[in-house]
Amino acid sequence: MNDNEHNHILAILDKGMRLDGRKPLDYRKPITIQRGFTSTAEGSAKVTIGETEVLVGVKLDLGKPFPDTPDEGAIMVGAELLPLSNPEFELGPPGIQAIELARIVDRGIRESKMIGLNKLSVKSGEQCWVVSIDICTLNDAGNLIDASALGAVAALQEAKFPALKDGKVDYQDKTGKKLPLACMPVTVNVCKIGNHFIVDPSTEEERNIDARLAVVSLEDGQLCALQKGGDAPLTPEDINKMIALAMEKAKEQRTYLKH
Amino acid sequence: MTYEKRLQGRAFDAIRNMEAKVGVIKRADGSAYFRTGNTWAYAAVYGPRNLYPKFLQDPAKGILRCNYNMMPFSSRGERVRPGGSRRSKEISLVTEKALLPVLNLDDFPNAVVDVFIELPETEAGSRCAGINAASMALADAGLLMKDLVCAISVGRVDDKVVVDLDYSEESYEDGPVADIPIAMLANSGKISLLQMDGLVSPEMLEKALAMGSKACHEIAAAQKAALKEKYSGTDEA
Repeated sequence: MNDNEHNHILAILDKGMRLDGRKPLDYRKPITIQRGFTSTAEGSAKVTIGETEVLVGVKLDLGKPFPDTPDEGAIMVGAELLPLSNPEFELGPPGIQAIELARIVDRGIRESKMIGLNKLSVKSGEQCWVVSIDICTLNDAGNLIDASALGAVAALQEAKFPALKDGKVDYQDKTGKKLPLACMPVTVNVCKIGNHFIVDPSTEEERNIDARLAVVSLEDGQLCALQKGGDAPLTPEDINKMIALAMEKAKEQRTYLKH
Repeated sequence: MTYEKRLQGRAFDAIRNMEAKVGVIKRADGSAYFRTGNTWAYAAVYGPRNLYPKFLQDPAKGILRCNYNMMPFSSRGERVRPGGSRRSKEISLVTEKALLPVLNLDDFPNAVVDVFIELPETEAGSRCAGINAASMALADAGLLMKDLVCAISVGRVDDKVVVDLDYSEESYEDGPVADIPIAMLANSGKISLLQMDGLVSPEMLEKALAMGSKACHEIAAAQKAALKEKYSGTDEA
């Protein structure tokens, strides 16, 4: 952490301002979702939040169900922090930052029961659909968590089953049938710097936060996943406040997912 | 049987719909996007920057490092496992060799220029799309270049010599097919990438290279237009 940068960010937050002129609880603009950007994925979405840009693709494949859930499909979430999107990202297998990002997105989707996994069985105990959600960062200007989670949900909304022929997937034959989806989990990463709370951190803010809390919530006001990050501990009051802020901001994001 | 007509009624020497754009990734020192048909590539350039680990450094000049990667959802078939394959490593290597002749890295001892090529969607000709994007990204990064590099795949489908093969042509089953990706330096006409798989006669190869040369000039024009668009001040100054 750079002390000067940290102090400066704090000093202007005391006046209710941020480096790029936003208020503490403003997202960057524009937030855009471009669905179906690639024809090779069964579902895809390109999300921009300000200059941050993330591509998410959903592939559907056949696999073997887990022994403890013989009548359910499976979900897999992967995140690639591509070295093309940030000078600090390196080639190689996913580092801890990529793994955490993938797992936050995974938990939001899994625990919300967004995907009707019991409808993804093909043959009990033998064959089921496997939903692979892959996140690829294109430009990391901060807040990959919100952008990735938003892209994952939008890509799932878009995903359509390929046809099955003789027990195999025919990717060239696209059925119009969509994935069975129940709800719409929305992830908001609330950050704490000093005594201030902000959402949608920029790159400069991200390296100066004391703590963060990724909150995944549903339309009915339930929480389905949480992840605390950053070095500083949070008080129970902090957590309550951050969750309330996240749920308020989730309403905004939900408008982009309705289409 | 002869190959009479291409899909979508394309002429045998025609490139698929082409699109080129420069400056698409803000955090990179240089970046570009190149598309033909359903194949498109992003390229980002970082550097010259310090090269670590140190034993890789060359005290005489900077080095070029390219990485070609297909995104997991970019294939027309099954998901591509992330992390690279023998194929992607080989393409990274030939991409590096295709771009190197136009660069002069003598002024950057111990440094590296990194080129990252990413493909969100592919349908044949992906290494060429990557090279076309990378060439523009290197120019966008402000590196001294002797020439632009343009790449296209040429080849034969049955008895015809064709330019920019698509998936249906690469997998044509009613006759012999040859896929010949080439990269050409736009002004000098020299060839910096040449691969071939399939069956072809020397005469057909000669014809294919001539058609490729013409296609490369069209690509160079698109690359130059994209670079001018960014730097003419109309778009973003």
